Amino acid sequence: MHPALHPSILDELRARIARIQHAGRPTHAVLPFGVPALDRHLPQGGLALGAVHQVTDAPQSAAAPLFIGGILARLDGTVLWCLRSRDLFAPALAGVGLHPDRVIYAEPDDDPGVLLCLEEGLRQPGLAAVVGEVARLPMTASRRLQLAAEASGVPAFILRRWRLAADAAEFAQPSAAVTSWRIASVPSAPLPVPGIGRARWRVELVRSRGGATAVWDMEACDAEGCLALSTDLADRSVASASSRAA
Amino acid sequence: MIAPADPAADEAALDRLALWVLRRYSPLVGRDPPDGLLIDITGAAHRLGGEDGLCTDLCTRLRHAGITGRTAIADTIGAAHACARFSARTIPDLPITALRLDADLIIKLRRVGFNTVADLDATPRAPLARRFGPSPGQRLDQLLGRSPEPMQPIAPAEIIRIRHDFAEPIGTPDALAHATHALTEAICVALEPAGLGARRLDLVFHRVDASLVAIRIGTARPIRDAGRLAKLLLDRLPQLDPGFGVEAMTLAAPLAEPLAWRQANSLQPNQGHRGHDVSALIDTLTNRLGHDRLYRATPVESDIPERSVRRIPALAPATGATWPGYPRPTRLLARPEPVDTIALLPDQPPVQFTWRGKARRISRADGPERVFGEWWCYAAETSAVRDYFVVEDGGGARFWLFRSGDGEDATTGNLRWYLHGFFG
Repeated sequence: MHPALHPSILDELRARIARIQHAGRPTHAVLPFGVPALDRHLPQGGLALGAVHQVTDAPQSAAAPLFIGGILARLDGTVLWCLRSRDLFAPALAGVGLHPDRVIYAEPDDDPGVLLCLEEGLRQPGLAAVVGEVARLPMTASRRLQLAAEASGVPAFILRRWRLAADAAEFAQPSAAVTSWRIASVPSAPLPVPGIGRARWRVELVRSRGGATAVWDMEACDAEGCLALSTDLADRSVASASSRAA
Repeated sequence: MIAPADPAADEAALDRLALWVLRRYSPLVGRDPPDGLLIDITGAAHRLGGEDGLCTDLCTRLRHAGITGRTAIADTIGAAHACARFSARTIPDLPITALRLDADLIIKLRRVGFNTVADLDATPRAPLARRFGPSPGQRLDQLLGRSPEPMQPIAPAEIIRIRHDFAEPIGTPDALAHATHALTEAICVALEPAGLGARRLDLVFHRVDASLVAIRIGTARPIRDAGRLAKLLLDRLPQLDPGFGVEAMTLAAPLAEPLAWRQANSLQPNQGHRGHDVSALIDTLTNRLGHDRLYRATPVESDIPERSVRRIPALAPATGATWPGYPRPTRLLARPEPVDTIALLPDQPPVQFTWRGKARRISRADGPERVFGEWWCYAAETSAVRDYFVVEDGGGARFWLFRSGDGEDATTGNLRWYLHGFFG
């Protein structure tokens, strides 16, 4: 190996780049998923609090609210959930461990209204997290949210929803979000008896700042909001989770 | 029952009613004696579901208090006064008694053949003024909005109020913000000796053309923190039109409550952490969105899914209640949508269903979860039954289907299948 490519030099360079990137910004806590395969893959060993995260549903799936709800269930404190349509069914969030007393819903008129409410929620003290359901997330708005989240240490989750499936291409547009996730439903494991087992999701990390993208097949959030690696995958080596460099 | 007329008591009752309206509906309320109140509802109606919502709310509350009220909404004081008292298809059809003129003047006008507003409006103004004085023409112009009629809002003595007059009219956002800060600090000083905190603040702008505009903010808990109150007011300032300038500003606290210190629980630090004070954020968002747009969901003991959630105010005390852990969909359709299915009766899940033109084969299913109608609430649901199934199609998407009826007895439902929600 060429001496310049020695691993310790690379590590030092990475650390220096990280110092430059985070110069003057407070470092915030990290919430691990509790799934080693996921946490190892994320640059900070978990989901960075004090950052903006984007989540969207694959077509014909309604898993993203539960994915977010599961994360919120493992935080402590009140959560602001801004929505525009009234179809979110609160008992489902309670089913992944997010107690109804902890969620305050806000219903602004339009997408800019949702983003303003989110920013207000990030700037004023007292919340554990904010969630906003929007279709459009302009670059400027996502940068504003990211700066507000960095300043307060409160995470913001943007749940992207589209009226038409064709609009979902907008999810690939650049944004200041630190991570972007796409959650799709996949067939669950068959039970030995008639019935339906724990739901199974394909969790796709579409974008991760300072990290690589990846796809995992996971068991859906349980009553405490914890994900788990699919059993048939957990038996094999983790390397079989498909992963490619960003 | 007959009682002697008591104009003084009527006047006092009208004052009390005006104070109640001021506290509840709008910062600008005027008296229209002997039996009327004028309410400037500009910017005040959206909190109660628009103009119709406000009228309904007002009439219902008056009726419960034993007062028969009539409301009218119009662009001018004269038109609102007339429409609340007289019914006519159009403004010109209104009788001249609607014009707020002296009774003997009306008799004189009637005697020469003026019966409606249209009659009066069609007459040349100069001879009319020479014979009857200026008031018919003036009232007519005020009714039709041709001449301004500033409202005289009430200023009850029991409401703490601070007024600042300016040497020169101001109109720039910076100057208005500066004046707002000064007023909030002054009102906090005025509230302090009484031990009160503001629950509602009205900031009234006296424009140079003698018209008034007002912004009102509300808080969930009494506050006497000038910074926080000023922030809530400044949040609304961009929507305000200062016109040609503002020559005076009045800040009043129509609703002020004792500022009670609450004991903090130091023995249970974990609960203390959970109870981070979010009231400042709630106040900001409530003033921006309206009080019905900010809520928490809480369980209702009902098996019917769409009735199992109730909204409560965002800062209501924690209920601690949650839903039983049955599988419930993430997205619930407001109205169940009929689907075509292939299913065996009486209690097999469907093997295939078609929703919005797309057929889906069901690979796994769970159910039924039988839900009975609430016969103790609604007679129509005496024998109604829904059988809910969680089904998963070949792609892993999960749906919540139900069959109306128990599959055997036609009185329990029409045996049609419906889609009610989507699981994650």
